Amino acid sequence: MKYWRRPLDFDEVKIPRGEVHIIADRCKGCGFCVEYCPKDVLVMSEEFNVKGYHPPKVVKSGECVNCNLCEMICPDFAIFSVAVPEDEAADEPRAAAGAEVGAG
Amino acid sequence: MTTVTQQTEMVAEEHPIAPYLRMDRIPHIWCPTCGIGTAVKCFATALQETGVDLDKTAVVSGIGCTGRAAGYMKLDAFHSTHGRAIPFATGLKLGRPELLVTVFSGDGDLAGIGGNHFIHAARRNIDLLVILVNNFIYGMTGGQNAPTTPLTARSSTMPYGNFERPFNLPHLAASCGATYVARWTSLHIRRLTKSFKEGIERKGFRFIEVIAPCSTLYARLNKLGTGFNLMRFYHDNAEICHGADTRDLDIDFQNKLICGKFVDEERPTFLECMHEHYKKILGDRYVPIPPEGGMIHG
Amino acid sequence: MKADPAGVLTGAHYLDGDFACGEGAMAAGCRFTAGYPITPSTEVVERIARRFPMMGGLFIQMEDELASMAAIVGASWTGTKSLTVTSGPGFSLMMENIGLAAMMETPCVVVNVQRGGPSTGLPTMTGQADMMQARWGSHGDYEIIALSPQSPQEAFNLTIDAFNLSEIYRVPVLFMMDECVGHMTEKVVIPPAEEIEIMPRKLTSVPPGEYWPYHVNGKYVPEFARAGDGYRFHTTGLTHDERGYPDMSAACQEKCVRRLVEKIKNNADKIVRFDEEDTEGADVVVVSYGITARVARMGISLARKKGVKVGVIRLIVVWPFPEKRIRELAGNIKAFVVPEINYGQMVLEVERCAAGQASAICVPHGGGGVHDPNDICEAIVRAAK
Repeated sequence: MKYWRRPLDFDEVKIPRGEVHIIADRCKGCGFCVEYCPKDVLVMSEEFNVKGYHPPKVVKSGECVNCNLCEMICPDFAIFSVAVPEDEAADEPRAAAGAEVGAG
Repeated sequence: MTTVTQQTEMVAEEHPIAPYLRMDRIPHIWCPTCGIGTAVKCFATALQETGVDLDKTAVVSGIGCTGRAAGYMKLDAFHSTHGRAIPFATGLKLGRPELLVTVFSGDGDLAGIGGNHFIHAARRNIDLLVILVNNFIYGMTGGQNAPTTPLTARSSTMPYGNFERPFNLPHLAASCGATYVARWTSLHIRRLTKSFKEGIERKGFRFIEVIAPCSTLYARLNKLGTGFNLMRFYHDNAEICHGADTRDLDIDFQNKLICGKFVDEERPTFLECMHEHYKKILGDRYVPIPPEGGMIHG
Repeated sequence: MKADPAGVLTGAHYLDGDFACGEGAMAAGCRFTAGYPITPSTEVVERIARRFPMMGGLFIQMEDELASMAAIVGASWTGTKSLTVTSGPGFSLMMENIGLAAMMETPCVVVNVQRGGPSTGLPTMTGQADMMQARWGSHGDYEIIALSPQSPQEAFNLTIDAFNLSEIYRVPVLFMMDECVGHMTEKVVIPPAEEIEIMPRKLTSVPPGEYWPYHVNGKYVPEFARAGDGYRFHTTGLTHDERGYPDMSAACQEKCVRRLVEKIKNNADKIVRFDEEDTEGADVVVVSYGITARVARMGISLARKKGVKVGVIRLIVVWPFPEKRIRELAGNIKAFVVPEINYGQMVLEVERCAAGQASAICVPHGGGGVHDPNDICEAIVRAAK
């Protein structure tokens, strides 16, 4: 995520981490979760579920911030995210968590 | 960390919404990219977040795609006849005033055949939460013209395009006396959930219009792609305008969609008016219907 | 159980049939009424509107008959006994939701104070032309119970019976009055509440979580759970299985609808009710109901003076029809004479049951008045030949 300047409380705010669970057999391949995930965590997979739809799959593991948007927008109750407890969250460098600071 | 699971049974119970759904009937019948499922999810979330007593919550729906919503919710659910969800819900509410009664139905059901009941329930300010999912068409029966179909849109009974002026539903509700009127699309999931929460917590005739994509009929007959494309359309064209004058909320075919909360007032409900009136006129002789209802116990 | 005294206006009154019917409803424990004004039935709800606030009842005048019927079905699901009232044109409108009540197995009572038809017809004058509509009015296969009073006193007594029957069989019960009885004022004796026996709404003893709304276990009538008691059941007008979930299959249709029909058909012996007089050794039996039964008495006595042996069957429960008794009598008599204020409706049932063993003679009347007893007498005399 690009910031135009470094937020003043950057070191205090803990970005939540989430784990995406996909109930593949319930998915109808609508693509809403892929389109509207703010962190672009998901893509439509090439696999088929039992009904012949392509369910989504997570590609950017570790980027999910547990916003639950996929869970709310999925019309088929086929995807949800759960919070990853803080101690379990990988000690990734803060840069990877996304504080790119750049002009403009 | 990701878990893509094929084991439906194992993870199914873990979906946060599972306690609110009849899991033995999921997957539901709605089409891929249909917006009704999203509306149901937002409603269930609102029920969860407001903490209402689910045993005292009832949902009534009519006939149509949205009308099937009652069948998937794990509440006292009534799938009544076409257009008659509102009077049915009125009977339910007046028969047991402590119930939170929600009407969950579609545009054809509530504004077409059920139009008369809609306007009178709003006029009387009956304590009902009415969620109208508007997909601009009669979906279940194969895509016929609805009272909300925009001008020039095609449907199976208007194959050359609609020439009838459609309803402006928030205006209709507000002018009939609804005390809470809002319109959102199924893309506005968080604002929709918040609106549902406000609706649940308020009294009187609350009306929330949810504009939802219909892939198989509306989108296909009008060559708009699928519900996915309609969601993109909502993304690009929905404008949030709280407190807008309801006269300006007409929906044009493929033009700006104005969403927001338009009316939020407090007025005595039908039952409150009745109690106050009878108490004044009849004094001690008045015996009001108790909140647990008029059932005489053996 | 005994009636709730709050609803019982004990004493001897001078009431018309409509008012007596309203009093009967209140005595039976009805506490929710939705209605729409239509002559000649409006007085029933006018009476109820006046007295309900004193006994914890709620009356609402809905925007039309469709809404009235839908509202009473909804109210019944809260366990509250509910009633609506109408006449011919409104009865036609209510058919859709009578079907819903039959399919969902909702106890409720619908009063039809019949008037001249068809369509707007004779709003202020009597008729009995909705009798077949009561049985077959809504689409699809289902059975209902219908009663017909002949006096304001019966309008009171039978309304209580109507509510009791609807509770026992979980079926909409149609109370087929006619305008004549509805607007006739006579003495009505209302007994003390302790002498009135009413059927309360029976709730299931199965705990939530194990309860299936249409589980019958070999019986005919499922157990009832009311909305708001934590049962979280689902019920629908669609063909449904025992869980109340829609099931679009011929097998489910067979199971679901057959039971709706058999629920009444197979219990007909317990439900059927009629008054029988002098049928032993009779040549002709007059079958009548409602106001016509009283008019027929005059016709019958005239015919007896002419030497004809006449018996009487007065239908109290009109549907289910007393097929068994009519069949038995048909073997022993020459003819049935059926005077009714229509062009022949219940006579068709009599004819069907007589199966050619005795003729069924119709004495029709278009409506707007009652028969001339001489016409009935003549028909009886002709039938005896």
